[in-house]
Amino acid sequence: MKPVYVKSKGLQDTELHYCPGCSHGIVHKLIAETLEELNIIDTSVLICPVGCGVFAGNYLACDAVEAAHGRAPAVATGIKRTCPDQPVFTYQGDGDLASIGIAEIVHAAMRGEKFTTIFINNGIYGMTGGQMAPTTLIGQKATTAPLGRQKELHGEPIRMCEMLSSLGGLVYAERVCVADVPHIIKAKRAIKKAFTKQLNNEGFTFVEVLAACPTNWAMTTRKANEWVLGPMAEYYPLGVIKEV
Amino acid sequence: MAAKVIFDRDRCKGCELCVDACPVHILALEESTNRKGYHPAGCTDTSKCIGCASCARICPDSVISVYRD
Repeated sequence: MKPVYVKSKGLQDTELHYCPGCSHGIVHKLIAETLEELNIIDTSVLICPVGCGVFAGNYLACDAVEAAHGRAPAVATGIKRTCPDQPVFTYQGDGDLASIGIAEIVHAAMRGEKFTTIFINNGIYGMTGGQMAPTTLIGQKATTAPLGRQKELHGEPIRMCEMLSSLGGLVYAERVCVADVPHIIKAKRAIKKAFTKQLNNEGFTFVEVLAACPTNWAMTTRKANEWVLGPMAEYYPLGVIKEV
Repeated sequence: MAAKVIFDRDRCKGCELCVDACPVHILALEESTNRKGYHPAGCTDTSKCIGCASCARICPDSVISVYRD
């Protein structure tokens, strides 16, 4: 029998620490498959975030560096400028990228640094216990917003893809989700395209993944994925946001 | 068309994403628990498997591998 789907060589054998049904594992697999298909497992450098994705370097088979909270784009800038021939990418959650590290990502996009950022948007702070993130939807409950996010009090959620797309250095921004198999296939295509553009030295590439956090959303995995495809995809439209 | 789906039972966290993704509805959680203490996913009728690998693609923990003739 021929293999139709086996574990990618881009992944280590370590068991993931993520909660059951967490989208992080699926996105790790898509990155691993991309690295394997582009034959860049040995040369790629991953910059890990702070948050649930902090151990990504223990799971992906490429080299990895841990950055201070939110500073992954700054570290990636240094590595990419020192080693321009090596693929460099950051893997960041919404607390890391859209909150504490928003200055670093905006300036990296402005300068058009030639690395790739994979942004995991699940609208909540996962690791610290479900606090409200800049990406939490209006009305969505969090431990620091027990009545739900209110527009008057907390403002409207940040759409990172659209915000960064106004900057000249960004050449590709796409928003995808991994809530079902067809969307997973599209997400893989987007991640591979971002890496290919980086290998062609085109500029800064950004892929936002709408992710489920069943634990902190207090939902079953089925309900969580329905939430991603429903209210989340409505506020954060899927598709290519910018391509130069 | 013969297909085979293999589960790495002790890595499974029983999230049920594969159960929902299977187009022929032959996956279910087992009654028993695995080493982690979760009810792992398993195949109830391998003869009906079409080898589409939807379950393997959606599994966050790389539990599933799929083979086909």
